[in-house]
Amino acid sequence: MSTATLSVKQAGPLALIQDGGRFGVGHLGVTQSGAADWISFYWANWLLGNALDSTALEIVLGGNLTLEASHDVCLALAGADLDARINDHPLAPNTCFTLKAGQRLVFRQPRAGLRAYLAFPGGLKAPEVLGSHACTAREQLGGLHEDGKPLQTGDQLVWLSQKPQATRQLPEALAPAMPGQHCTLPLVLGSQAAHFAGRSLYQAFNQPWKVDQRADRMGVRLTGQALNSRLGGIISEGIPLGAVQIPPDGQPIVLMNDRQTIGGYPRIGAITRSACARLSQCLPGTEVWLQPVSATQAQVDYRKQLAVWR
Amino acid sequence: MKPRLETAAMDALTVRLFDTIDEGNMAWIIPADTALRQAFGDALIDLIPSYTTLLVHYDCRQLGFAEATALARNALNDLQPADIQNGQLHEIPVWYDASVGPELAPVAKRAGISVEQLITRHCSHDYCVFALGFAPGYGFMGLVDEGLATPRLKTPRQRVAAGSVGIADRQTAIYPLLSPGGWNILGRTAVPLFEYAKRGEPLFRPGDKVRFKAISKAEFEAAGGDTTPLEERS
Repeated sequence: MSTATLSVKQAGPLALIQDGGRFGVGHLGVTQSGAADWISFYWANWLLGNALDSTALEIVLGGNLTLEASHDVCLALAGADLDARINDHPLAPNTCFTLKAGQRLVFRQPRAGLRAYLAFPGGLKAPEVLGSHACTAREQLGGLHEDGKPLQTGDQLVWLSQKPQATRQLPEALAPAMPGQHCTLPLVLGSQAAHFAGRSLYQAFNQPWKVDQRADRMGVRLTGQALNSRLGGIISEGIPLGAVQIPPDGQPIVLMNDRQTIGGYPRIGAITRSACARLSQCLPGTEVWLQPVSATQAQVDYRKQLAVWR
Repeated sequence: MKPRLETAAMDALTVRLFDTIDEGNMAWIIPADTALRQAFGDALIDLIPSYTTLLVHYDCRQLGFAEATALARNALNDLQPADIQNGQLHEIPVWYDASVGPELAPVAKRAGISVEQLITRHCSHDYCVFALGFAPGYGFMGLVDEGLATPRLKTPRQRVAAGSVGIADRQTAIYPLLSPGGWNILGRTAVPLFEYAKRGEPLFRPGDKVRFKAISKAEFEAAGGDTTPLEERS
């Protein structure tokens, strides 16, 4: 029997092979990468009984990405509603489904959220670079061809197990909610917050910020009333996930999975891991509110989130 | 030495050792890196040293905020400076030429010297590697002769070729792979920095020294160098 594959009949604007991320190599200048909405990504894997950080596909926007099955295969979809269709029949996210031999799965356009995660039995097969399968275009690392490129027309996707470990149902109450017009992002204040004027600190948390067009896996720009730091630039230092840096124009940039490892703009703090997942699903124009939270509380919330999958 | 511990994120701390850039900082940053790695063990996710700080990203499933802070504080309690003369010295051959180093002339002019003098002076210092970052294998080095210090380009280039050697203010660096960038480019090396980084074995490590050596076009080509000119403007 030949190997079961999904072949890419048409590549959309951006579909990336991702896993939990590339860790332990930040000191080499290598970025974290990994699924941006890790919560939806975990759900996709959970639906098939995979290890939660098994390698999957992050599909951004859709844009008529078309995948065709060579054999019957059970897959799982979670995250954004990209108006997916199987041979023209609508397929809602947050479910397991069988794609039959010869059937085509198409992702059209975002109806809610930006990023959908497609999980495969046992996880996708892809070359490992620096301990991860995550794909980072800017660093030319990872991906099917080890050049960091997103999926191309003609690519063949192969997975590790013939059958999934499980085919689970996701209770509706637990399904990852996609942000609507508004979204709240908990933020842990960093020590440099002390260098922002009191008025700027007030404004950081008491105005709606608009998600800008300039948003990608590296960073998301927010626009609103400018924040002013007394520090112009700082000596470059390591940047954590979710760091909210304030360049001289006063418009925040939230640094995401593909951020540069070190940088020299002052930071007001960092949004939490769950907030990063949520922000990665926000379309340009979405209003977001920053909300202060202590590091300890953020960790309690994070552990609570992880306990859902136990 | 009194390290300051600062909150960076829900699961990350910044350890601040200094407030200014100095080659002497590395004597403290390197042992701090070792001590923090040992103390955090399995609970360490990433540790990113830079000029004056170290970012500790820990696994908050294993360690709470207070525990992580205490662990870092204890690890750095009795920090002793390392002998940074132990860092490796790397000699990097560079083809300095206007075609691959469009800022040779403007930087020389700004410094009030000839291009030849600029090359000699860029090659006459053993630069300290302060930090790796920006791109895999990219090393921030310094300090460049004060007379040669040149601010970044007003408009960064969209495409700086792999191997490009540049300066910005009093720092110098090599671009490991094709990337956007705003540094003043003086020449190009054929040393495949990205390939080393991709294997997890970067050529440079913080605390190492780098000495540039001017080579001819023929030597650059023989080493496999790409002579495609760098675009003048972005």
